[in-house]
Amino acid sequence: MIRDITLGQYYPADSVLHRLDPRTKFVGTLLFVISLFIFHTFPGYGAATIFLAGMIVLSKVPVSFMFRGLKAILVILLFTVVFNMLLTPGRVIWQLGLLKITWEGMMQAGRMAIRLVYLVVGSSIMTLTTTPNQLTNGLENLMGPLNRIHVPVHEIAMMMSIALRFIPILMEETDKIMKAQMARGADFESGNIIQKAKNMIPLLVPLFVSAFRRANDLAMAMEARCYHGGEGRTQMKPLQYKGRDYAAYGILVGYMALSIAFRIWGI
Amino acid sequence: MGIIRARKLGFDYYRYDENGRIQEASHAVRSVDLDIEAGQFTAVLGRNGSGKSTLAKHMNALLIPTEGVLWVDGMDTCQESELWKIRQKAGMVFQNPDNQIIGTVVEEDVGFGPENMGVPTEDIWKRVDDSLKAVGMTAYRYHSPNKLSGGQKQRVAIAGVMAMRPRCIVLDEPTAMLDPNGRKEVLKALRELNQKEQVTVILITHYMEEVVYADKVFVMDQGELVMQGSPREIFSRVEEMKKCGLDVPQVTMLAHELRKSGLKLPEDILTREELVDALCQLS
Amino acid sequence: MSIELKHVSYRYSPGTVYEMRALEHIDLSIPDGQFIGIIGHTGSGKSTLIQLLNGLLKPSEGQVLYNGEDIWGEGFSRKKLRGQVGQVFQYPEHQLFEMDVLKDVCFGPKNQGLGQAEAEEQARKALEHVGMPKELFGKSPFELSGGQKKRAAIAGVLAMNPRILILDEPAAGLDPGGRDEILSQIAILHRTRKMAIVLVSHSMEDVARYVERIVVLNEGRVAFDDEPRKVFAHYKELERMGLAAPEITYVMHDLKARGLQVDTGAITIEEAKESILKALKGERR
Repeated sequence: MIRDITLGQYYPADSVLHRLDPRTKFVGTLLFVISLFIFHTFPGYGAATIFLAGMIVLSKVPVSFMFRGLKAILVILLFTVVFNMLLTPGRVIWQLGLLKITWEGMMQAGRMAIRLVYLVVGSSIMTLTTTPNQLTNGLENLMGPLNRIHVPVHEIAMMMSIALRFIPILMEETDKIMKAQMARGADFESGNIIQKAKNMIPLLVPLFVSAFRRANDLAMAMEARCYHGGEGRTQMKPLQYKGRDYAAYGILVGYMALSIAFRIWGI
Repeated sequence: MGIIRARKLGFDYYRYDENGRIQEASHAVRSVDLDIEAGQFTAVLGRNGSGKSTLAKHMNALLIPTEGVLWVDGMDTCQESELWKIRQKAGMVFQNPDNQIIGTVVEEDVGFGPENMGVPTEDIWKRVDDSLKAVGMTAYRYHSPNKLSGGQKQRVAIAGVMAMRPRCIVLDEPTAMLDPNGRKEVLKALRELNQKEQVTVILITHYMEEVVYADKVFVMDQGELVMQGSPREIFSRVEEMKKCGLDVPQVTMLAHELRKSGLKLPEDILTREELVDALCQLS
Repeated sequence: MSIELKHVSYRYSPGTVYEMRALEHIDLSIPDGQFIGIIGHTGSGKSTLIQLLNGLLKPSEGQVLYNGEDIWGEGFSRKKLRGQVGQVFQYPEHQLFEMDVLKDVCFGPKNQGLGQAEAEEQARKALEHVGMPKELFGKSPFELSGGQKKRAAIAGVLAMNPRILILDEPAAGLDPGGRDEILSQIAILHRTRKMAIVLVSHSMEDVARYVERIVVLNEGRVAFDDEPRKVFAHYKELERMGLAAPEITYVMHDLKARGLQVDTGAITIEEAKESILKALKGERR
């Protein structure tokens, strides 16, 4: 069951967004996040909201999936909102002893909250519509120019995709190790922080040993299949921009122009 | 000349102490002379520590002999310049199904070998299609390998090797981590590959049932090649097999015991049909 | 000592899209000192079943009773239970972690609250009982061979002095010599320590040779629960479940079909040999 959870939770469907080149989606997500910081009024955020809603509809992914990512940042969100409300100086609208909430604080909190939430949802859309391998292929391609300054782009991408492939396997192995040690009376739950850390050793040692063994085996298997680095490799699924990608870039340019325009006109 | 040929092949493992000096040397393989003919289904038997895995890793130049020579399709494995050609000619499948699958989607993993070889994109797709078909895994091409059974994973690994269009496949205990059904699946796929595509199969194993249909069997013990012949010839030498830490099929064992008790049974009984026929002839 | 499963069911991921019924309404009783084999196709629920026996998993329905007490009842210590119901998993690599074998085997006893000296004593005894040579006690567990690792893993559980030992495919991945050694060692443990043993295995030949009782699982339910001869007599049904009977069983049935008066209940080579010789002598008269 654990193996069904893929990192970033890819949701298989057949939508326009699914069919876009991963590079388009990377660039799009990046630009969208930038736009969240360019917009700074509510009409501006309104435009961002329309854009985001449009993407959600286009993705054909159920809305509930979008908001799953928010669970992780709930704490940060709460902190950000509360701190901004209480610590921003300005016109006080509510006071209880030493705690004061200012109008400026509410505005700032609102801004931060929207940016945070939209950032997470926006990134989720990308990971929900792109397979892990497409993500690493896209990144490898985008980082290509870095080769000229001797950044090992291919190797980094290869490491990332192997990591993605093995995460579910290692998670399942952790479960098995835990059970085997619990069968010998190991206790992973009780005790203070120091105790708990010590108790992790019977879990971590076999896990690390296993991870290294897997790495060794995998290296042999890769060599046996003629892997010798990035040079001379062809691609089974080469990335190619299609018409819809150019259209997408067009829309993105338009959207960014709008955001800059809003900023200049003070909206 | 055979597709795999070894003359006086030897390999030593060295263990070094903290100062880099040799602490222990073990002779994993000693003076092996071997000839494997193209197109045959060959098996290499031996107990753990007999040197069979070490020998297997020489067949695709993962290891280079410390003594003697090994040729793959006429190429000397010591020649670094031939390394990638050798590995394309002699593919290898390993024991742990998970630790040899790289792709997150079955078809992507099968394409890994051809990608490394620089095969043009269209050809990669043709090879992937053909290989998946040859092992019967076409229906699973879009699946994540995590959701497959052990036997299915090994078939994907075999397809991945076949996509490189090798002349022979070496399999190092491919069924050791599988359940009986998985073992059957893999053996069936291998036999079909051997018969339909004429790929030479070299199966390293210690499961006797897998060896019964081989064309030729080699037995290793303590780094040396101690027996070779057809399955019948090998299994009839029950006492020697036991000395090598190996078993014979239950049926062969029973025939052997009955013969020891005085019954006149032929020496090379391998299958249950043969035993039943022979016993009925006696009665 | 007794373990009882009363109407136990187990479901993975209940209530979600991924819900899977691993076990349905299992009734099973394990008395003291019995040597039981559990067989079943992959996915039949074997590993789920054994994890329920020592509280690693909680049943979705039904009760698990140890010496009459519900192990999920108020105040019941499952940690203590695991010292009584020992379980050795399939791959020793998931368990070995210490600097040397002796320390590793001490892990279990120490978790039970024993002091260093007592723990070491139990560990040494356990290692002897699994036939581990003394020279290896001080070696790193990662340097051991496959068979030796298995022994170390079994010793690690044995050192807690359980009343019952559950082993999941102890001979998996071992060569024929290694298999024989470990299984006969387990049989010796059963005799000398008089403990109950539960052996989960895929090898019909191994199970036929050593156990007193076989439980066959099929799709989450108990299909057969009887002595080996009687279970393997159902070989045709076993085949339909994706299992098989030992090769010998097929040979005996074929011989009987061809007119030779053999005992079709023979399931080991020794029994088959005796029966065939007898039958042939009988014919010659």
